[in-house]
Amino acid sequence: MHMADALLSPAVGGAMWLASGAALAVSSRRLREQGDDRLVPLMGVLGAFVFAAQMINFAIPATGSSGHLGGGLLLSILLGPHAALIVIASVLTVQALFFADGGLLALGANIFNLGVLPCFLAYPLVYKPLAGDQASARRVGLAAGTAAVVGLQFGALGVVLQAVASGISSLPFSTFLWLMLPIHLAIGVVEGLATAAIVLFVQRARPDLLGVHGPAASMPGLSPRSLLATLATAAVLMGGALSWFASPQPDGLEWSIARASGHTELAARDDGVHRLMAQAQQRLSFLPGYGFPSAGASESHGDAAWPAVDAGTSLAGLVGGVATLTVVCGLALLLRRRRRRISPE
Amino acid sequence: MSHHILEAQGLSFAYPDGTPALNDVSCRFVHGESVGIVGANGAGKSTLLLHLNGLLIAQTGVVRVGDLPVTAATRAQVHRTVGFVFQDADDQLFMPTVEEDVAFGPLNMGLPADEVQARVRASLEAVDSLPLAARAPYRLSGGEKRAVAIAGVLAMSPSILVLDEPSAGLDPAARRRLIALLRSFSHTKVIATHDLDLVLDVCSRVLVLHQGRVQADGPPARIFGDATLLARCHLEPPLSFAPPAP
Amino acid sequence: MSRIDAALGDLRSLEALAARDTALARLDARAKVVATLAFVVTVVSFDRYAVAALLPLAFFPLALAIQGELPAKPLLRKLLLAAPFAVMVGLFNPLLDRAPMLAFGDASVSAGWVSFASILVRFALTVGAALVLVAGTGMNTLCVALTRLGVPQVMTAQLLFLFRYAFVLGAEAARTSTARELRSSGRAMALAAYGPMLGHLLLRAFERAQRIHMAMLARGFDGELRSLRTLRWSTRDTVFVLGWSAFFLLVRLVDLPQWAGRALLGASP
Repeated sequence: MHMADALLSPAVGGAMWLASGAALAVSSRRLREQGDDRLVPLMGVLGAFVFAAQMINFAIPATGSSGHLGGGLLLSILLGPHAALIVIASVLTVQALFFADGGLLALGANIFNLGVLPCFLAYPLVYKPLAGDQASARRVGLAAGTAAVVGLQFGALGVVLQAVASGISSLPFSTFLWLMLPIHLAIGVVEGLATAAIVLFVQRARPDLLGVHGPAASMPGLSPRSLLATLATAAVLMGGALSWFASPQPDGLEWSIARASGHTELAARDDGVHRLMAQAQQRLSFLPGYGFPSAGASESHGDAAWPAVDAGTSLAGLVGGVATLTVVCGLALLLRRRRRRISPE
Repeated sequence: MSHHILEAQGLSFAYPDGTPALNDVSCRFVHGESVGIVGANGAGKSTLLLHLNGLLIAQTGVVRVGDLPVTAATRAQVHRTVGFVFQDADDQLFMPTVEEDVAFGPLNMGLPADEVQARVRASLEAVDSLPLAARAPYRLSGGEKRAVAIAGVLAMSPSILVLDEPSAGLDPAARRRLIALLRSFSHTKVIATHDLDLVLDVCSRVLVLHQGRVQADGPPARIFGDATLLARCHLEPPLSFAPPAP
Repeated sequence: MSRIDAALGDLRSLEALAARDTALARLDARAKVVATLAFVVTVVSFDRYAVAALLPLAFFPLALAIQGELPAKPLLRKLLLAAPFAVMVGLFNPLLDRAPMLAFGDASVSAGWVSFASILVRFALTVGAALVLVAGTGMNTLCVALTRLGVPQVMTAQLLFLFRYAFVLGAEAARTSTARELRSSGRAMALAAYGPMLGHLLLRAFERAQRIHMAMLARGFDGELRSLRTLRWSTRDTVFVLGWSAFFLLVRLVDLPQWAGRALLGASP
C-alpha cells in the first residue's frame, strides 16, 4: 500500500525524503561510476515494462481473486539493486504525479518502503543467498517467494511506523501493524508468485539476462548465518526506533480525554468498542509500556493551539469554514471570469 | 571523393548463438548510387546493413568507408559518415520531443548551440516536418515518425544513408512521400527492403541476398526480369514491373 | 477498454493539457515545483484536528487550475476515483477517537470524525496540487526543472525514457493481453500463462532496449545526454513563489476561518 500525504507529518515526510534521497544519490553515483551506457535505455524500457505489467492481472491459485506484479524484486534480479532503485523510484514518481497515488511528500516514504527495502534488504539478504547461482528452478521460486514476502513485510512495517510517527491517523501502532502485516503477507505471496513465474521463464529462455547486472562484487553473497544475524540486528534496531516513536505519541483518544475532562483516563467510559480495543491492545502489543490507555502521556505535539471543546469555538469554526469556502470559490470564479475576458476563446 | 565509396570484402558473420548470417559477401557502393538490397526474411539484409555503418564489426573480411577500415576504433567516425535509419522508428526517436531528438546527433558531435539549432531546422524542413518540432514522438503517426527519424540522421550530415525497411508500416500516402523524399536526396543510398516497387522507383541497382550470400548484383530491369533467380531466392517481381520488350 | 489503455489515456490527456500555451504553462517550472512543495508541507504541518483552518489553502490549486485553464470535471474525477489507502486508514479515526470535540447545541461531533475530515481535506489538497502541477507543466519541462533544481541526471533521464516508452510497451502489453482474453472464454489468466506472457514481453523489452542503444550509438552517444532546453526565470516567477509562500505562512499562522466565523457571529459566542 502506498503511503499518502494525508497521513504524513512534515517531520516524517522530510525524514523519509532524506533517507530515500540519500539512497538515490548513492545509487546514481554508483551507476555513473560504472559507466555502462547500455543502462540508459535499458532502465527506461524496463521501467515502462513494470509500469505496464502492474496493470496485467493473473488469477491467484485457490482463491477467487487476482493479483499483479509490483516489480521491485524482479528489477533487482535483472538490474542489480542500484539501477533497480532508480527504476522503481521513477515508476512511483509517475504514479504519484499522474495517478493521484500518494502524493509528492509521501513519494519519499514510498520510494523507501517499496524501493530501498526490496532492493537493499530483500534482494541481497534474502533472494541472493537463497537463490544461489539461480540454476535450480525450485531454489529460484523459493527465493523469490521468500524475498517478496520479507520485503513487503518490512515495507508494511515502514508504512505503520511512518503513519504512527506522524500522528494524523488515530490507529495505535500494534492495531495498525496487525492489520497491515497479514494483508501484506498476502500481497507478498502474490508478488513472489508473479516474480517467480517471470524469472523462471527468463531463466529457461535467456539465462544470461539473470544476474548479468548483479553486483557480485559490491554485494557479496551472505551465508545463512550472517543473514540471520543481519535480520536480527535489523529487528532490534527497528524495535528501538519504534519504541522511540511510539511511546511519546498519545493516542488521539487519550489526548481528547485529557483535554476534555482533565483526567488521563475515563474510568466510567467502558462501552463495547473501547473494551475490545483495550483488550486487543493488551494482547497484541509486544512493546511493553505501550498500553491503552497509557498513564498520562499528554505532551503536546505540533505548534498550533488545539481548539478547546466549547460550543462557541465549534460554531465559529463551522461558520468560519463555510465563509472561507465561499470566499475561496468566489475568488476562483472571479479569477476565471477575468481570465476569460483577457483571453477570449 | 574516395570517402564516399563504401565497400565490403569477404564479409562473414555469425551471431553469438551460432546462427550464420553472412557468408563471404562482397559489394561496393559508389558515390551517389542508390542501391536496393533484397531477399527473403533471414537472408542477411539487416546484418549486412549493420556492418556498413559499424554497428557490427566484421568477424571475417573487411568493410571500408573510403580509405577508412571499419573497426572498433574507427566506428565513431564511421557513424558520422554513414547514417543509419532503423526499421522501427520508435527505437530511434527516444528523446522527449521531435526537435530534441533531431538535435541529439549534432549535440553529440560537439557542435555549438546555434549551429545545432540551424541543423535541426534545416533537417526538419528537408523532410517537410518543421511544424512537428515541439511534438512528442508518441503523438506522431507512422509516416511522421519515419520522416523525423530520417531528419535526425540527416542532421549529422552523413554522405551515405543506410535504410532498413523504410517503407514498412507506412500507409500509401506516407509511402509516396517517403519515395519522393528519397529521390530528392543526393546521398549515396543503401536500402534493404521487401518493397520491390520502392526499389524500382528509387534504386539504380539491386543486390539479391539469399542465405547470407550475394546471388546477383545488377540493374533492376535485369534482376527483376530473371524469373529463375527470383524463384530461387523466394522473391517475386514487383507489381509495377513490366519486363522490357525483347 | 483495458486498464492499460485507460492509464495511457490518462497520461496522454494530462500531457495534452500541459502542452497548451496558458498563463500557468508560461511560468518557470521551477517556480511551480517549489511553490507546490511549499504548499504540501504547509498542508501536512497542521495538527490532526485542523479542518476549517486548512480550507483557505484550497485557493492555491484552484487559482493555478484557472491560470492553466484546466477542466474541472476530469481532474475532480481523478481525485474521487483514487480510492486511497489514506481514506481507508482514516476511517478508523472515528472508531477510535470518540471524545466529543465540537458541539453545536446539544449535538456533538467526536474528535475522530474531525480528524477524519482533516485527512480527507489533506488528501484533496495535496493530491489536487500534484495533479495541477503536472497538468500545467508537462513531463518534459518538469524533468528539465528537476535537473536544474539538482536532481541527478540519471533520475530525470530515467523518468523521460520511462515516459517515452510507457506508450510503446503499454500498447504491446495491451495487445498481448487482449489477444489472450479473446482465447480465454472469460477465464482469468492462470500463473502458467502469466509467466510466459510477461516473460515474452520482458524479453522483447530487452531486445528493444538493445536496438535503442544501437540507435543511440549510431548518432554518437557517449554516455552523456545533452539538451538545449533552457528555462528562463523572470520576475513574475519570483513574485509567484514569494507571494504564495507568504499566503501559506499566513494561513498556517492565523486560523482565518475562526476569525471570519467569530466576526460574522458578532463578538459574543
